Amino acid sequence: MTEGPHPTDGHPDGAGHDLAALSPEEPIPNPGLPPHEPRPTDVDAAQERRAERQVAGMFILAALLALAFCVLYFVIPPPSDQSATFMGYGASNLALGLTLGLALLLTGAAAIQWAKKLMGNQDIIEARHSTASPPNVREEQVAAFKLGVAESGFGRRTLIRNSMFAALGMLGLPAIVLLRDLGPLPGNLTSITVWKRGIRVVNDVSGTPLRPSDIAEGQLVNAEPALFFDEVGPNGKVIKAKYTGTALNDQKAKAAVILVRMLPTDIKSAQERAWGVNGIVCFSKICTHVGCPISLYEQQTHQLLCPCHQSTFDLTEDGKVVFGPAARPLPQLPIMVDKEGYLVARSDFHQPVGPSFWERG
Amino acid sequence: MKFLSSRRRHPLAGFVVLVLGLLVMGGLYSMFRPAQAEQGANDKQLVAQGRELYVVSCSTCHGMNAEGVVTKTGDNYGPPLVGVGAAAVDFQVGTGRMPMADPGPGQAQRVPLMTPDETRALAAYIASLGPGPAIPSPGEYDAAHGDPAKGGLFFRTNCTACHNFAGSGGALPHGRQAPDLMKTPPKYIFEAMETGPGQMPKFSNGVMTPQDKRDIISYIQHLKTTPGYGGLKLGSLGPVSEGLWGWLIGIGGLILIAVWIGNHGVRAGKKSK
Repeated sequence: MTEGPHPTDGHPDGAGHDLAALSPEEPIPNPGLPPHEPRPTDVDAAQERRAERQVAGMFILAALLALAFCVLYFVIPPPSDQSATFMGYGASNLALGLTLGLALLLTGAAAIQWAKKLMGNQDIIEARHSTASPPNVREEQVAAFKLGVAESGFGRRTLIRNSMFAALGMLGLPAIVLLRDLGPLPGNLTSITVWKRGIRVVNDVSGTPLRPSDIAEGQLVNAEPALFFDEVGPNGKVIKAKYTGTALNDQKAKAAVILVRMLPTDIKSAQERAWGVNGIVCFSKICTHVGCPISLYEQQTHQLLCPCHQSTFDLTEDGKVVFGPAARPLPQLPIMVDKEGYLVARSDFHQPVGPSFWERG
Repeated sequence: MKFLSSRRRHPLAGFVVLVLGLLVMGGLYSMFRPAQAEQGANDKQLVAQGRELYVVSCSTCHGMNAEGVVTKTGDNYGPPLVGVGAAAVDFQVGTGRMPMADPGPGQAQRVPLMTPDETRALAAYIASLGPGPAIPSPGEYDAAHGDPAKGGLFFRTNCTACHNFAGSGGALPHGRQAPDLMKTPPKYIFEAMETGPGQMPKFSNGVMTPQDKRDIISYIQHLKTTPGYGGLKLGSLGPVSEGLWGWLIGIGGLILIAVWIGNHGVRAGKKSK
């Protein structure tokens, strides 16, 4: 800290007078520190004792609250269907949150009160130093490094040096080989689903098979292939669901569909009309953007909106994208009516369902 | 007796017996079903009353005979109401959506303009125009007879896309919105599923059976009484309201407190000045 010139009361035209004395490094006079003013706790012993009691009181209360947290953790049963509530909130979460939160809050408040009222508050100036080491220290370091290189023989013993490079380089190979565990490659699994000719389209959750007459104009059915549900066969025998557990989830992620019914004249695409049954059309429920399930169907505009990123598909025209980030139309599942009058698939999807991937192009 | 037995093979005997039988059956029918006949007369009155209300309040958009009014562009000014059923009228008029206050997207629930009696009359008139879903009986939407666990599965599959995971409603394209189900009485939830008001698709009884619908209603009632184990629900709107709370009130509050702590000096000199 260099001593700057101080304008004093004796120079009313101080600024002009001192201008010549200012160095280019410090064009503005250093005003210095304001005089230290004592706090009430510095001058009044009673105030000081009061602040001390406040700080200690908050710390002790925080300690007690932390203890209360531990006690309440064991006393109140954790949230479940039958657990206690308090004013409409789960009693356990409320008690644990309040005790721990207040303990942390009081600890912080006590620390701030301590620093503001009791700790010394003289202003100090800490001068800034150059970050570089002095030249002699730097020279010593360079000399030590060079000595180390010479003594190790790193430049001279080339056999050892090169074999060390080989060892370190080869260590990279296991890391690359282990990437194989990311595989095996999915093959055509991303392009096919479990839908096949003759598989019934059934209502999701209940597994009810659907007749065209059950589906009103303006109806939406969130549907699945019948393979995911236990079925009662023609002779009254129960046919167990073909997929369960993880396999079910894998297949459901691709095979979920929605059925909607509109007036056949509302459908603009001839192919879409042909792939449906009297205005009942079946589309994949998996968004072609990043694969969210979409069933936000507006029955008057016939648009399907994905709640994740607002991709909007027009179900009157081959599921083409009318808004949003999706890049491809929603794949349509061709359907027909089987001998017993229920809706069945005519084939698998003609395009892969869900988000784009490399081979799909 | 001789008079009857001697003529029992008369060519007209069979005809006379038939006429007598029909008379007896008709008499019995009218004796045992008087209520039905009276109901019919009552219905006629109700339909006539509904027709009067319809002509005054609805015909501007829906046409004098509920045939709908088509605009120049081919859209419906008001859709035809033949075959929409009493349930649709009860929903639209009972929740105050109809008669419409002003045309626009997404009619919201309002204080109904029609009294319950007027709504019933209108429903009877529309129901008389063509077959459609009837107003459900209280037993059909009684949440006590539903299975909330199964209803939850149906709800998450069919309803959450628009009405949100907690039934608190959500935004739709073009300024429309799906209403908050927490404020909707069970009867109207049932009717909405059956009739598909506005942009909402239908969930017909053939696919979602009345029992399935009752399960869904039971789950929605269960949602209303679920305690807030996670603390403040903030409208159950998901990341939007939670993020707003966290950034504005949480982080904003911390900044304000930090500024206050920094500004709030405790020097004796300042007080004495």
